[in-house]
Amino acid sequence: MTSLSPSAAALRHAFGDAVERSLVSCRDTIVYVRRDRVHDALAWLKTTPEQTFDYLTDVTAVEYRDPERPLEVVWQLRSLARRADLRVKVALDKSAPLEVPTVCDLWKGADWLERETYDMFGVVFTGHPDLRRIIMWETYAEGYPLRKDFPLRGHFSRAEQTRQALAANPEAHYSLDELSIAEAFHELPKDMRERLRRGERGFLK
Amino acid sequence: MTSRTVEYTLGTPGLDEQGRVTDVPLGVGLKNTQEYRLPGQFDESFGAEHMLVNIGPQHPATHGVLRLVIELEGETVIRVIPHIGYLHSGFEKLGEYRQYNQIIPLTDRTDYLSPMANNVGLALAVEKLMDLQITERCQVLRVLACEMSRIISHLVWLGTTGIDLGAFTPFLWSFQERERIYNLQEAWTGARLTTSVTRVGGMMADVPTGWSAGLRDFCRTFPSTLKEIDTMFTRNAIWIGRTQGVGVLSGEEAINRSLSGPMLRASGVDYDVRKDRPYLGYETYDFDVPIGEHGDIYDRYRIRLEEMWQSTRILEQALDRLDKLEGAPLNVDDPRVILPPKSRAMSDMEAMIFHFKQVMEGVKPPVGEAYMGIENPKGELGYYFVSDGTAKPVRWRIRPPAFINLSALPRMCEGALLSDVIAINASVDIVMGEVDR
Repeated sequence: MTSLSPSAAALRHAFGDAVERSLVSCRDTIVYVRRDRVHDALAWLKTTPEQTFDYLTDVTAVEYRDPERPLEVVWQLRSLARRADLRVKVALDKSAPLEVPTVCDLWKGADWLERETYDMFGVVFTGHPDLRRIIMWETYAEGYPLRKDFPLRGHFSRAEQTRQALAANPEAHYSLDELSIAEAFHELPKDMRERLRRGERGFLK
Repeated sequence: MTSRTVEYTLGTPGLDEQGRVTDVPLGVGLKNTQEYRLPGQFDESFGAEHMLVNIGPQHPATHGVLRLVIELEGETVIRVIPHIGYLHSGFEKLGEYRQYNQIIPLTDRTDYLSPMANNVGLALAVEKLMDLQITERCQVLRVLACEMSRIISHLVWLGTTGIDLGAFTPFLWSFQERERIYNLQEAWTGARLTTSVTRVGGMMADVPTGWSAGLRDFCRTFPSTLKEIDTMFTRNAIWIGRTQGVGVLSGEEAINRSLSGPMLRASGVDYDVRKDRPYLGYETYDFDVPIGEHGDIYDRYRIRLEEMWQSTRILEQALDRLDKLEGAPLNVDDPRVILPPKSRAMSDMEAMIFHFKQVMEGVKPPVGEAYMGIENPKGELGYYFVSDGTAKPVRWRIRPPAFINLSALPRMCEGALLSDVIAINASVDIVMGEVDR
């Protein structure tokens, strides 16, 4: 059993109660931070000279099999200069909306990683510039695949999945405005917004 | 912002009146040029029309099922929107329903150009979770697996990138050399691509007799091919013209965008997991890590070429060690993870119990979590496991280097020419199996 990374103590010193607990698992230090301070804590870890966690290795989430346990959002940080790692976590109560602040303003690399976490777990990263599904398609309606209440084969029946796949009209995704829907969604005419919400694409009558 | 010609553009048919699919329409909409124009590039009178070009998902230059939608002004790229997910297989979800050793075949299929290195990464992650020390012979064999993978992956990259930029011959050379490693891989594991060569605590099999002579032969003759490729590309005016100063990323930006592997090092950042967080005893091997200067495609090419030289050096050193460790134990002596020999399982009660428990229940790491990153050909491949003490992980996360490197593509393509997009995309070295997982 190796000891805690000194960054954990420094973080507790700087943020006090906002650091809920820290532990070591398999030689990695894990720090739990309160949700409302996590952005500050990550920014502090990135910019403080003794810490310089300048490299965001990964962003992901973990949901446990025990339904009572909170869902955790995980940031893997690394300091390239000091060759040190730190794992920061936020525990989210599943009965409340799953929201954490984005870190896209600190690390541009967080963009796709946060989108993937949103896509797979439904965690909303508030302030993310373009939070859309990334691996599943935009109109995917079965939920969030990596959640534990999501069956391995999906919520819909095989027949329904096939029907939806055949009804999709991928050729209709090729227009300029279709591509910028994420940023222009609110400017679209109301009936079109409705159609897009229903997942309809393509030919207009 | 001017009003968007939404109804008009979407009305450009995807279906005809009978509901049949017609040609793929290329939407042309009027845009407020002020907003999308890169500073100082075009005169206002040049025109306000942006054109959309769609590449993929089925296109040889996107290296798999990647779809790029490119917004052009003239021939200059205003923005690139990558669409991924066409090869999504749900590996991470599947992993939660598999025992740890059963996950190894899934890793073959993520980055399928370097399957053996993925197998090694997975085994190392579970071993970190269980705090296992693997044997020396196993370490040497895993180094061989990693470096062989690096060579074949870089060879594919080199060949296909050459083709993208109009050079066909080096593709044939590199695939010929790659074939020799594939033959060795087949002799070792029985499969060319779906190798599944590692197991938690050891290897699926030792190398067959005479195998190392074959790899030595490869190490002896492979440099001559590298030299030929070097002669063909490094001072080639077309190659230089297409790659130098194209797709530039500064070191600072590369770090900020979490790039890894040759993409990060080409931008001048000295970071290689093998050197900085050594695993498998890499600190005891004598090899150099090439670092780029300009962060352009040319530097990425130089780095990958040099890495193949260095991998050959590592392979030679590892082969020497392998000869010295002839007959040394391969798997750890731990009945929790490694099956007892069949002869003992049939005659010894305790061995039979261990055999039964392992076959029926699988490897059970303690409660905890571990992140293990290794230097894969594409960049840092990380496996993050969360265990609740049962034989199946609560969460198996792949930190996909190609996915994260690809996320910098829109930034690299800004302001480039359309033909540069192909070169820049090639330089990222993506494998869609890993990007989409």
